[in-house]
Amino acid sequence: MVSSRKDNLSRWLVLIPLGVTAWLAGLLPAISAGAPPAWRWEWVSLLGIRLDFMADGLGWLFALLISGIGALVVVYANGYLAGHPQLRSFLVTILLFMFAMLGVVLADNLLLLFIFWELTSVTSYLLIGFKHEYEASRKAALQALLVTGLGGVAMLAGLTLLGLAGGSFQISALVGQAASIQASPLYPAMLVLVLLGAFTKSAQFPFHFWLPGAMEAPAPVSAYLHSATMVKAGIYLLARFTPILGGHPAWQAALLAVGGATLLLGAFLAIQKLDLKRILAYSTISILGALVFLLGVGTPLAVKGALTLLLAHSLYKGTLFMVAGILEHSTGEREIDKLSGLRRQMPLVALAAGAAALSMAGLPPLLGFISKEVFYEATRHSPGWANALTAVAVTANILLVAVAGLAALAPFFGARKEFKDYHAPGWQLTLGPLMLAGLGLALGLLPGWLGAAVITPAASAALGSAYTAKLALWHGLTPELALSGLTVAGGALLYWGLPRLRPTLARLDVGERIGPQRVYEAGLAGMLRLAAGQTRVIQSGYLENYISIILLTAAGLAGYGLWQNGLHIQPLEWGGLEMIEEILLLAIIAVAGVAAVATRSRLMAVASLGAVGFAVAMLYALFSAPDLAMTQFAIETLVVILFVLVLYRLPGFASLSSPRARLRDWLVAGTAGVTITGVLLAILAIPLESRLAPWLAENSVPLAGGRNVVNVILVDFRGIDTLGEITVLAVAAIGIFALLQMPAPRKPEIQEAPEDPEGSDA
Amino acid sequence: MTVLLAVVIGLLYTLGFYMLLRRSIVKLIIGLGLLGHAVNLLVFLAGRLTAGVPPVVPLGESALSAPYADPIPQALILTAIVIGFGVQAFAVVLIKRTYEVLGTDDLNQMVSTDREPPPGEDEE
Repeated sequence: MVSSRKDNLSRWLVLIPLGVTAWLAGLLPAISAGAPPAWRWEWVSLLGIRLDFMADGLGWLFALLISGIGALVVVYANGYLAGHPQLRSFLVTILLFMFAMLGVVLADNLLLLFIFWELTSVTSYLLIGFKHEYEASRKAALQALLVTGLGGVAMLAGLTLLGLAGGSFQISALVGQAASIQASPLYPAMLVLVLLGAFTKSAQFPFHFWLPGAMEAPAPVSAYLHSATMVKAGIYLLARFTPILGGHPAWQAALLAVGGATLLLGAFLAIQKLDLKRILAYSTISILGALVFLLGVGTPLAVKGALTLLLAHSLYKGTLFMVAGILEHSTGEREIDKLSGLRRQMPLVALAAGAAALSMAGLPPLLGFISKEVFYEATRHSPGWANALTAVAVTANILLVAVAGLAALAPFFGARKEFKDYHAPGWQLTLGPLMLAGLGLALGLLPGWLGAAVITPAASAALGSAYTAKLALWHGLTPELALSGLTVAGGALLYWGLPRLRPTLARLDVGERIGPQRVYEAGLAGMLRLAAGQTRVIQSGYLENYISIILLTAAGLAGYGLWQNGLHIQPLEWGGLEMIEEILLLAIIAVAGVAAVATRSRLMAVASLGAVGFAVAMLYALFSAPDLAMTQFAIETLVVILFVLVLYRLPGFASLSSPRARLRDWLVAGTAGVTITGVLLAILAIPLESRLAPWLAENSVPLAGGRNVVNVILVDFRGIDTLGEITVLAVAAIGIFALLQMPAPRKPEIQEAPEDPEGSDA
Repeated sequence: MTVLLAVVIGLLYTLGFYMLLRRSIVKLIIGLGLLGHAVNLLVFLAGRLTAGVPPVVPLGESALSAPYADPIPQALILTAIVIGFGVQAFAVVLIKRTYEVLGTDDLNQMVSTDREPPPGEDEE
């Protein structure tokens, strides 16, 4: 036992999953009786999201695996990470993940299921990246998150389509509507999207690559997430949707093809690896493929086989992952060719590993034997391609027998080796594998009870109709038994010959070079390049680009609006040309404005700007706005003085832009200006009806005691606004004062002289 | 007159925008001033032109009697003129200071916060 520090809180945390397990176990009678308990609360009902939970046989089986293995994993992690400073946060994340998984398998609402689904992705990201000081760990976590997250997004779209087609987001309400949903034109899209979600989560080809990568996680995570629970979420989803989406030829074809490919590929890759955790990861992929494959066959027999295999696999693969963790923990090695003869040092672990390996290899009387028998029976009685499917199943199982030997025999048998820092595993580490392996044996010996109490309700839920699943250890001398014998013999032969086959196998494995892992990496790199590229374009750093984009966008939108409204620039009356002074003022504004822009002299520009201001003030005076006129005169005078004072300290106008850039800027500015004139004319064409103006006209004197209505508005009706304005001016004044008072900076070294000296004036 | 003023406002906007697009920060300030006038006139015109009837209640009466110029745009513009002056005064001093500190009046040289300096070339 390496735990030097006692952490009692972490130990007691095991009570949480234990409590959940006990509670679930108490539900079994009701579920076996066909009356699944349900809990329903309102949540976001407007969007069809309700807190609906239901524990039918299928959900219950998964939930029990999740909480039961969860309890063992918490104990195991207490030993595996004993003394680790982040043990508590690790355990809390494990428990968070457990509740998210429970939510997935107990949710009776499509969108609720999706929420929990994503929560499992997020918590698994944290768990895979637990050793976040290592780059490989962080990369693997991100890869798992991105792959499953992309699938999750697709699944959300698929679930939404499903809810729309079925008229309800309640899963149990959709079960009866398979015919109408499968006849819906939305069915193909819905199917593809939902399958994408399930396949990414359950590491199906070609999305399988994230699972071996996720072996960077500590052993408790691999044992929990990557064998028993999270990767089974996709299987759960397929089983859950079998009575809704299943039975369609497209469903069957997709599941058989993807599941079959994954089954063979996973087993083929597993026998080539030397790293124990990778061997287990690829064999897990293979079994996940088998489960999808069986659900693709879709007969009641196949569903029964899938559920039995799922249970058997969770038990033996959980054991083997924990054993792998123990080996690494005790010896510091994970490569099978460096491990041997450990059965004497750790007999209990060897016992657990042996039982699990026998279950994996499908030998009686373990549960794995029963599940393999049903597997063969299901493929042999498949409605189509029975021989081909059986051949696939037998081939993969032969490979898996060899894998079982690699994972469980190789480290424990053979010559005894001495390891430098060897320490014996404590009880916390040993308990989990022993319990799980023991369960695999016990359930193998109690097939009748298992079939009636557990598999029957689960299979009924997955099939959507009542079904009685019978399991037995001995079926008599059946073809399945012969196939089992063939499998074990073939597997043993392969295991024996494997050392000689390795070089050939390695040459066959092209996945490392052109596999989906490469596609993922190229995609990720491409995305980063795209982001960098578009940032370079959009965030160019040039003010003129930003302003041009803003102006053109605004002009485009406003222009489109004008055009949509049929250019209601009505026959406006010109308002007469009788007053020559008005025309004169407009002419002054126009000429002075152009002069301010066109001149090369700063003084001329300031003077022209002043001229514009004074002309505008006169215009205010002419059109019944004496207050504006007076203010404008005063301000304009100040502006001219200020500019003249400060501008002398500024450089002269430089001619920095090329003629082409200038033409472009004129076009942009002109477009915006013309649009504004258009908008203004459109506004003027609409009769103005103000209700505020008459109110102010009547109430200025009685309420505020002021005769100048504009002044009354400013100092009385909108007095607070004016107070804010005064504050702004005060702040500006303080800022100006502070800027002027700052000591002169030292001359910067990079003094860019204006490129074009002809622009500066005297 | 209305249409003519609308066209002149469009012209002021065009001139102001054009100056905003210049690389010299001094020109930017001139553009800001032109834009200020343009915006004020836009609000003024949108409130309609009314000659000779300022919104002032004559002595002896308690309310304005129609026709009278709409006081609301005038109040808005009055605020805008004053605030605009504050903005311009601050901007002029800030630009002076910027020039003193950075030693350039070319906006395209002031991009250090947006990106690494380009390797020498500057196409415009």
